[in-house]
Amino acid sequence: MTTASVTNTEQYNYDVIRKFAIMTLVWGVVGMLVGVYIASELAFPALNFDIPYITFGRLRPVHTGAVIFGFGGSALFATSYYIVQRTCQARLFSSGLASFTFWGWQTIIVLAALGDVLGYTQGREYAEMEWPIDLLIEVVWVAYLVLFVGTLMKRKQPHIYVANWFYLAFILATALLHTFNNLAVPVSLFSMKSYSLFSGAQDAMTQWWYGHNAVGFFLTAAFLGMMYYFVPKQAGRPVYSYRLSVLHFWALIFLYMWAGAHHLHWTAIPDWTSTLAATFSIMLLLPSWGGMVNGILTLSGAWEKMRTDPVIRFLIVSLSFYGMSTFEGPVMSLKDVNALSHYTDWTIGHVHSGALGWVAMVTFGSFYHLVPKLWNTKMFSNRLINVHFWLATIGILLYITAMWISGIMQGLMWRAFDDFGNLQYAFIESVAAAHNLYIMRAVGGLFFLSGMVLMCYNMYKTIKSGSTEQA
Amino acid sequence: MKHDKIERNVGILIILTMLAISAGGLVEIVPLFFIKETVEKVDGVRPYSPLELRGRDIYIREGCYLCHSQMIRPFRDEALRYGHYSLAAESKYDHPFQWGSKRTGPDLARVGGKYSNDWQTQHLTAPRSLVPQSVMPNYPWLSKTDLDYSDIQGRMKALRVTGVPYSTNQGEYDKNVKEFGEETAKNLHIPDAEKNLIAQAQAGNYDTNPEKLTEMDALVSYLQLLGTMVDFRKYDDDYFAKFR
Repeated sequence: MTTASVTNTEQYNYDVIRKFAIMTLVWGVVGMLVGVYIASELAFPALNFDIPYITFGRLRPVHTGAVIFGFGGSALFATSYYIVQRTCQARLFSSGLASFTFWGWQTIIVLAALGDVLGYTQGREYAEMEWPIDLLIEVVWVAYLVLFVGTLMKRKQPHIYVANWFYLAFILATALLHTFNNLAVPVSLFSMKSYSLFSGAQDAMTQWWYGHNAVGFFLTAAFLGMMYYFVPKQAGRPVYSYRLSVLHFWALIFLYMWAGAHHLHWTAIPDWTSTLAATFSIMLLLPSWGGMVNGILTLSGAWEKMRTDPVIRFLIVSLSFYGMSTFEGPVMSLKDVNALSHYTDWTIGHVHSGALGWVAMVTFGSFYHLVPKLWNTKMFSNRLINVHFWLATIGILLYITAMWISGIMQGLMWRAFDDFGNLQYAFIESVAAAHNLYIMRAVGGLFFLSGMVLMCYNMYKTIKSGSTEQA
Repeated sequence: MKHDKIERNVGILIILTMLAISAGGLVEIVPLFFIKETVEKVDGVRPYSPLELRGRDIYIREGCYLCHSQMIRPFRDEALRYGHYSLAAESKYDHPFQWGSKRTGPDLARVGGKYSNDWQTQHLTAPRSLVPQSVMPNYPWLSKTDLDYSDIQGRMKALRVTGVPYSTNQGEYDKNVKEFGEETAKNLHIPDAEKNLIAQAQAGNYDTNPEKLTEMDALVSYLQLLGTMVDFRKYDDDYFAKFR
């Protein structure tokens, strides 16, 4: 009888979601602030101040770690816990485990950032964390998997809702990628230093299998899960096509894993891996656009909400950026295009049209829906949401335009010959030519960051006016 | 409908998802460990000496790979700018690889021997004193910080576990003499690591300050080695094309 009364007083575990939601905002500000700072360092190198801890090389992983794992990760924990409970009509099966994933994950982000500035790094992009932190990630991630699957098993609905398929695939794939990409031999039990188990070409393939699928599963599949819940909810309409969601889910998770080697075109890996990766990258366009179409068409019959509801605007524009960057990606995976684009700022622009345009925008939209629900209230200001939308959009456009121009310019300058068959430009000329564009990029980032800060203010006011008592 | 079954059963959903996400890696990565042509057969590539290894560790610590690639592609412009395209064999002892993904600065795969030790030290300390438009940070602490090589043997032993042929006993040493020649083999012998490290730093005087053994010594010794191990005059290009 006592159990029954406990479940009655609190049907769902919102406490852990609230904590993750707040940390999403915190890491968003921190990660984007560091991003703006390192962007400024590239425009004005004096900002490195001869201090080892804040040089570009050490802060860049702080930026990527804080935005991907801090901001993105916390947002995924928050939304997955919300969605799995709501769609299964079941409470997270263990509050202890839920709390453990929260404190564990936050510890990981802090330790990772500290490790980065102190110079403890594995030297692998997006997997800079040294082996003790990697072990902690492994433990927290398994706890996450157990909690998520355990809650799915408790569901009162016969069917597992589509959003949960995506979250589940993201959790499984991340476990797989993290485990194999971080196989390393530590110098000793008390040393932070380790050496990767693999070397050279095999190590490169493993890293980019990880790197690309961190994008594919952490930053795509999981955020599609978020989309599949919050877009229909906010639009008040069912998902456009069930059949399409089945089809593009399986195609997406199957195809993504083959595409990683397109990060290694023209390098010392065998040609066949590179060709195979390019082929799969082209095919990947279909399931990617399947997801976009399914999301956008969910709005059919409610198009006027694009004008009236800033939350819908965030969500739909995020899907548009998703469609754009998943078109750009396959184009860049063509070997001939890649010969120009690789090693240049174009790649950086591409990543950010996905990360800012898709990942961050869909998170903003979802959070403007979610946070008032968590605190039983309404958003403090719809006008500020609207201002945030425009700050973010202008910021992204400045950012990616600057990177397109500088990237293509670099690619062309590096391969330019004069009439005598000599190289036309010294390398440093391409660096100098990018200066103004680097300033433009930093300004774009500043716009985006201001939007983020505004969102925090709006959320603070909202949360203050709300209450955590469940109705 | 068939999919209905999957949606109602977490177990089946997990198994099918695992199958779907495992295929790519199994087909594309696992074979690379077994196909012999993945890494070219070529003379000259050797593991790093203790000093170069410490230099490489510092290169990784400072995040150099975030702005400098070490992977020259087989294009005419890159051949002119950087030299012969990079071989897989040239990074076969690199744990981790440092091919990079971005050239905010130039590729470094063959920077070894292109500039003097003086130049490298000055450039790392204050890049804009030599290249006014550079956006690279200053690294003044490198030539002020004594090199910590207290755990150099531990580092080499860890690499030995991953398969790098550093030697711990006479048998392994003899094998290295056969494969790399006596001079190199000595440098790969773990029990003599400290002695060899100091000797190389004194002989090379990489940081142009003979009084001190600094992090700059180690880093410059690593940079000066990059891309110099293979003598490309010994091979024609058709030979390497076979492996790609």
